[in-house]
Amino acid sequence: MTSSEPNSKADTLSPDEVMRYSRHIIMGQVGPAGQRKLKKSKVLIVGAGGLGGPVAIYLALAGVGTIGIVEFDVVDLSNLQRQVLHQTADIDKSKIESAQETLEAYNPHIKVIQHHAPLTSDNAMEILPDYDIVVNGADNFATRYLVNDACYLLGKTLVDGAILLFDGQATVYEPGKCCYRCLYPTPPPPGMVPSCAEAGVLGAITGIVGSIQATEVFKQILNIGTPLTNKLLLIDALTMEFRTMKLRRDPNCPLCGDNPTITELIDYDIFCGSLPLEMPANK
Amino acid sequence: MPIKVNVTSVIEKFVGGQRSFESEGKTIDELIQAINNKFPGFANQLLEENGELRRFVNIYINDEDVRYLGGLGTELKDSDEVSILPALAGG
Repeated sequence: MTSSEPNSKADTLSPDEVMRYSRHIIMGQVGPAGQRKLKKSKVLIVGAGGLGGPVAIYLALAGVGTIGIVEFDVVDLSNLQRQVLHQTADIDKSKIESAQETLEAYNPHIKVIQHHAPLTSDNAMEILPDYDIVVNGADNFATRYLVNDACYLLGKTLVDGAILLFDGQATVYEPGKCCYRCLYPTPPPPGMVPSCAEAGVLGAITGIVGSIQATEVFKQILNIGTPLTNKLLLIDALTMEFRTMKLRRDPNCPLCGDNPTITELIDYDIFCGSLPLEMPANK
Repeated sequence: MPIKVNVTSVIEKFVGGQRSFESEGKTIDELIQAINNKFPGFANQLLEENGELRRFVNIYINDEDVRYLGGLGTELKDSDEVSILPALAGG
């Protein structure tokens, strides 16, 4: 883990910060106290790709004081159709370095913490506890179940989003109210639901869903509005229809149900079928 | 009784490229079979071999998950809107 130095004191706003955030501070729901709350907040973003990009940029612009990013990949030319943290000159650079440079160029007052590794069952319980809120920008089912389970076990709110082709989904999982396993108890068998690499994804849908996730984080920190908890927002970019479905905690959920059977992190590659069952766990 | 059905991008290729269409059925099960009669292979995307709903696919009647209603046997009424949502993992 490496981090940049914060450029200003933790509990106060400098004149530059007051001016920078003035369009937020002027709003009654934010005010100077809310802006200081944003500054003191620590948000972890899993993935610096399509969703992680707009989330990270809007949180950085808003002055969320500490932004952690978990990412292990390098910038590829095929990322640049949608991943706004990275530019052409960043190709082959580590995404996390590129992300930090972009975010600090946007706002020198924030601190970016790099977790330069894939999120695993071994490191999740070391990384997540330092953060107030976790944002999911993962691109695979195994990491999605891992982030869900770790957030529930640690009592962290998870601001979730997912995209594919012209579709987007967003919701907020508050511990004990509903979790990803209540919505989808088991992952699809490998190959049944394609990835963005296999099927494609509209670049701009990452901006729509990521901006919704950033908005939900903002609301969580400031405790304003009505969160997207127990609601699944569905976005169809082709019809530009937004619909909301009800989400419920499943009493039979193996994680957050009445008689949980998952009480610690498991091997998510095996759970998602990406490793054969007879192979030893390779977390 | 026509029922409006909405599907996501992952499913639309199994129903002739439509994201929204009308079909018929007194229950969710009948609706799936009616769609499958027109688009063979559709039901296989949603149902296990034993006929149960796959655990990574959710079906909603209006905004309610059928798992919390009557499952595949849930009765449909005129003006109901059915949405079929397989899990997405892109980020």
